[in-house]
Amino acid sequence: MLAESLALSAVLFTIGVVGVLTRRNAIILFMCVELMLNAVNLSFVALSTLYGATGQVFVIFVMTVAAAEAAVGLAIIIAIFRHRQTVHLDDINLLKG
Amino acid sequence: MHAFLDGIGYNGWILPVLLLFPLLGALVLVADARRFSTGTAVEAMGRSRSIALWVCLAEALLSLGLWWSVDVSSAAWQAAVTLPWIPQWGVRFAVGLDGIALMLVLLTTCLMPLAVLGSWTSIRERTHSFYALLLVLTTGMLGVFMALDLVLFYVMWEVMLIPMYLIIGIWGGQRRLYASVKFFLYTMVGSLLMLVAIIWIGMVVRRVTGAPDFSYDTALQLARLGPIPGAFWAFLAFALAFAVKVPMWPFHTWLPDAHVEAPTAGSVILAAIMLKMGTFGFVRFAVPLFPEIAMAPAVRSVFLALAVIGIVYGALVALVQPDFKKLVAYSSVSHLGFVMLGIFAMTVEAMQGALMVTISHGISTGALFLLIGMIYERRHTRLLADYGGLASVMPLFAVALTIVALSSIGVPGTNGFVGEFLVLIGSFPTQPWYAVVAATSVIIAAAYLLWAVQRILYNPLTNPENQALRGRDLNWRELGLLAPLLLAIVWLGVYPKPVLQKTEAAASRLVQQVESARMSQQRAQTGGGAR
Amino acid sequence: MHTDLSASGHPLSDTVAALAWLILLLPLLGFVANGLLSLTAAAHPGPADPSADHGHGDASHGHAHTIGHAADHDDAHHAGRHPAAKWVSLIGPGVLAVAFGFALVTFLAMRGAGEAIHAPYVLTLFDWIPTGALQIPVALQLDQLSMVMVLIITGIGTLIHLFSVGYMQDDPGYPRYFAYLNLFVFFMLLLVLGASYPLMFIGWEGVGLCSYLLIGFWFSEEANANAGKKAFIVNRIGDFGFLVAMFLLFANLGSLSYTGVAAGAAGLEMGGALVTTICLFLFLGATGKSAQIPLYVWLPDAMAGPTPVSALIHAATMVTAGVYMIARSATLFSLAPAAQLTVAVVGALTAVFAATIGLKQWDIKKVLAYSTVSQLGYMFVGVGVGAYTAGVFHLMTHAFFKALLFLGSGSVIYAMHQAYHATHAHADAQDMRNMGGLRRYMPITSSLMWIATLAIAGIPPFSGFFSKDEILAAVFARTHHSTLAEATWLGIPGSVVLYGVYALGLAAALMTAVYMTRMMLYTFHGPNRTGPAEQGHLREAPWIMTGPLVVLGVLSAVGGFLNLPALFGGGMSEILHHWLEPVVGEGTLRVTLGEAAHLSHATEYALIGTAVAIAVIGIAVAWTRLKPAALVPVSESPAEQGLARTLLNKWYVDEAYDRVVVQPTLGVSRTVLWKGLDTGIIDGLFVNGAGFLARGLGWLGSQLQTGRVGTYAWVLVLGAVAVLAGFSFR
Repeated sequence: MLAESLALSAVLFTIGVVGVLTRRNAIILFMCVELMLNAVNLSFVALSTLYGATGQVFVIFVMTVAAAEAAVGLAIIIAIFRHRQTVHLDDINLLKG
Repeated sequence: MHAFLDGIGYNGWILPVLLLFPLLGALVLVADARRFSTGTAVEAMGRSRSIALWVCLAEALLSLGLWWSVDVSSAAWQAAVTLPWIPQWGVRFAVGLDGIALMLVLLTTCLMPLAVLGSWTSIRERTHSFYALLLVLTTGMLGVFMALDLVLFYVMWEVMLIPMYLIIGIWGGQRRLYASVKFFLYTMVGSLLMLVAIIWIGMVVRRVTGAPDFSYDTALQLARLGPIPGAFWAFLAFALAFAVKVPMWPFHTWLPDAHVEAPTAGSVILAAIMLKMGTFGFVRFAVPLFPEIAMAPAVRSVFLALAVIGIVYGALVALVQPDFKKLVAYSSVSHLGFVMLGIFAMTVEAMQGALMVTISHGISTGALFLLIGMIYERRHTRLLADYGGLASVMPLFAVALTIVALSSIGVPGTNGFVGEFLVLIGSFPTQPWYAVVAATSVIIAAAYLLWAVQRILYNPLTNPENQALRGRDLNWRELGLLAPLLLAIVWLGVYPKPVLQKTEAAASRLVQQVESARMSQQRAQTGGGAR
Repeated sequence: MHTDLSASGHPLSDTVAALAWLILLLPLLGFVANGLLSLTAAAHPGPADPSADHGHGDASHGHAHTIGHAADHDDAHHAGRHPAAKWVSLIGPGVLAVAFGFALVTFLAMRGAGEAIHAPYVLTLFDWIPTGALQIPVALQLDQLSMVMVLIITGIGTLIHLFSVGYMQDDPGYPRYFAYLNLFVFFMLLLVLGASYPLMFIGWEGVGLCSYLLIGFWFSEEANANAGKKAFIVNRIGDFGFLVAMFLLFANLGSLSYTGVAAGAAGLEMGGALVTTICLFLFLGATGKSAQIPLYVWLPDAMAGPTPVSALIHAATMVTAGVYMIARSATLFSLAPAAQLTVAVVGALTAVFAATIGLKQWDIKKVLAYSTVSQLGYMFVGVGVGAYTAGVFHLMTHAFFKALLFLGSGSVIYAMHQAYHATHAHADAQDMRNMGGLRRYMPITSSLMWIATLAIAGIPPFSGFFSKDEILAAVFARTHHSTLAEATWLGIPGSVVLYGVYALGLAAALMTAVYMTRMMLYTFHGPNRTGPAEQGHLREAPWIMTGPLVVLGVLSAVGGFLNLPALFGGGMSEILHHWLEPVVGEGTLRVTLGEAAHLSHATEYALIGTAVAIAVIGIAVAWTRLKPAALVPVSESPAEQGLARTLLNKWYVDEAYDRVVVQPTLGVSRTVLWKGLDTGIIDGLFVNGAGFLARGLGWLGSQLQTGRVGTYAWVLVLGAVAVLAGFSFR
């Protein structure tokens, strides 16, 4: 059971990473990040069978942070969209040095 | 005088007060600027400059007591005050004077009112900030000369850097940003290395004594035991910081830019006082803390050579400058070369000469920059080619410029001669060739300054803008601010004895100490060789 | 070091000589007073805010200080008398006259003390530079040599100051002129009265400074300002030598006072490298101040100053300082035969070289300038061969006749200028081609200048004859039985060198006679070439100017009797020689190997005969061959050709110096040092290079910042993988 859960977590995480790396739409990117977070959550829960409840507590934390992050992140994306009429990442390079 | 000063406990409080007073003045200016933000620029100028002038005059007056209260013959630090600062690291607020520092402190306090007067009408914008920075600068410079704690010294060294950076960068000329950044970075490179060396010394002290201690005296005692580990690199770090500040050739290129772009007061302070911090650093820190390294033949000859190159090179390059301020800047490189030659020649006469050049260069070059500022205000140009024939329309200016130029040339009877002569005659017995090569600069110095004087004062008065200067000779404020400098030029040229006496004990102590360190080093080496 | 001869106990210590500092103080006070007078009239302190805008209309309000200098380079001006002129006329010459009176009294006190004075009287005033082993007090040294010099300086100085009152009175810079002149006298007196080399050096540079200021007195013309600057800089080359000599003295003898050096010199090796080096560096100083090859170039240009200045500074006093310095250092020089021969050879070469140029000059002052250079060469021959008395004697007679010649030429220029001024002509008042026949208009000046001409040419019994003859006789005597004859100079035996010097001396004497006669002929004889309008305005100068000329004429005529050769003197012979004996006698004796030099009477008569014959031939040749009637004014004169042109252009030495020294120095400084090394390599390559390097690295780094979050994510993942890999394969 543990092995399967970790494997699923790894697969989910990889999908998230690949999504972040390859997609250019900010919303999709955002969803991929959530996917990665949840992959981590899965492994926390799975591993709590071995190491006690601490992992489960962390999951609560992560979900809280993820919720906050989602709120702020979506707000930013909306702000950007209002400003530039796009959420395509190649067009958003304000950080360019 | 002594009794009076003792009665008020002068020596017990004067140095901290001298440091704090300008800061208070700066605070007053800042507060006044807020309160006065509704007034016009002219009103603000009037208020700020008079506040600054009074603060500087009071500061000068306060400091004059030091002339009597400091016992220069004593080996102990005079007017010393030590307060705890960061006890965990062994850092103290420790200040004190010897004869050498005394003269530099007095030079600083006495020149500051003149610097304020020199900015009287030329600084017209953000005057409150300008004068506040000038006062902060005063504290920084005085702190450098007084500090008896390595960390305090470093802090003061950096404190004076920032106001000068702002003064050049905000009130400077066309290329002020370039010049101020260059000035800042150049100095910073040296001073950061110095910080490393200071920390290193502190670490060595802790290893030897078990307690962290950054006081100068401890470092000096440590130095008496022989070179500390890594002394060569530590010396190099100190020397680089000071060599940039002096500035020694080839670290001098910030100076012409900084001088040309700085406002008059900035140039005056830069030339008259700030450069002296470099030479003071050598006299107080780099040489006595590492005597074996500084006097090692290879190191010593490098510094002597750089000094002499600076003397001749500065003079030659000054010869062909079209801009009067640049010309004076390069002449400073030449003059400061004399100071370095005197320090590294390490005889009492040469060391005394170096201190004399230090002071007289402050007076003459300060006066030169003030004079340049005066005609710049009238004509808005510093190019020598734009002038000519001014002696017939501005006779008072002509007299002043001639006297100051003669002093800078080093004509006997003016202060310039005494120092250069002492440096040369003092270094000749030990370093004849360097002295002879350095002496050739008496020829070039005459050439570049007299040529400049000719192009400003003499020749036909053809340019209509110069003809329009008729009736706009120096005014009473300008005469009043030049008069003390001109008096000092003649007084120090004819009767330099009082000043020489003030520095003699400190100079000969330094020479003795360095020489004995060198001797013991030599003995150790020859002893080692015999075994 | 200065207490080796304390003032107390000296025969002079209770006399008026103890107030010798007053002689110095008087001209200094004169300088201060005249300088203040000059400034009070000039001073109109400007507005409180110098950058405030000024209408050009009010710019010239009430300003008395107008330097109105005519375009021609003559030097008498009439742009309005200075308001303080009266006071200045009183103070300027007044302080000098009082100083001269005081010097006379001191001299009498010295005479009164008689033979008792063998040690100099050193009067210590205050400490100047006391530090470490170097103790330099401000101390005056009164001895026979400095006394003679003080008398010459204050005496001739007073006469020239009086002359200046007439010559300069209409110049708007009148107080400034007298301030400078008084300051000059102060420094000159300090030069001769100082008791140590550094004090001499103060005076040395001080007179150079005053010379600079006075040459460039009419500074509104670039040529004048250039001449002043050139004088100062060339002098500084010499001063460099003086400085090095002082360094050597201090490093090796530990003292810089004359008494200390004299005491230390006893330990120096005869003819050793050290003493020779010291003497050669001292001599380098002398070549600068006294205008000898190779540093003579400033003196002819110095004629740009007012003519009385040329008389005082550039003929009678300052330029002889080098001679004084060598006489003062007699002890040292007599220990260095090679250096002495150098002095003599350079002196002789200068005498001839300058005389050749003097042959072809048209400017009356330029003739006199080269003549001065040439005569100074003579003096150096004298002191070079150890005949210090002869050198100083020629210094003195030269001061008489050359001051007379210069003041006379000043008189002529003044007259010419007045004439041109009256007719509003703008011709050159100093060019002899514009003069001619002036003897009819200026009989006093003409006859007095003839006296001086005969004196300088060496016609007995005028003063120059005796002094010149004494120098030549000394050179001849030294060819045998002297340290010089035994020494070698650049591998040539000393006696051969001395014969050469003697021959050069005779050649110079011949040319002197020629060019002086030429000058007199063209100026005072033949037809007048000024033009009919001007002729009506040519007249003798006022008495304030001719008076001093008369006094100098008398001195030029009879000055030689102050040191008659023993041959004809009897009881009156060799007064100066005996007077100077305590100061320079020892040095001379060392050169002549301990015995007084003696020539047989026959030889002496032969030498005198030769010298006189040569002078007469020179005058006769010039008188018969030169035709003043053939001259035409400058404006109609054809350009010179061939050798005459080379001579007129002074052998192109100035041009050569400019090409070889000045331009290369400036060029190298500008292109190589400043533009190349300073702004190019140090600032460009290293300083700004460091800046560019930092910027370049920053730019490279900034290229990683694409601003695309995707790229960052890629980098992050790759980094994470790399870290993981690193941990796994460790």
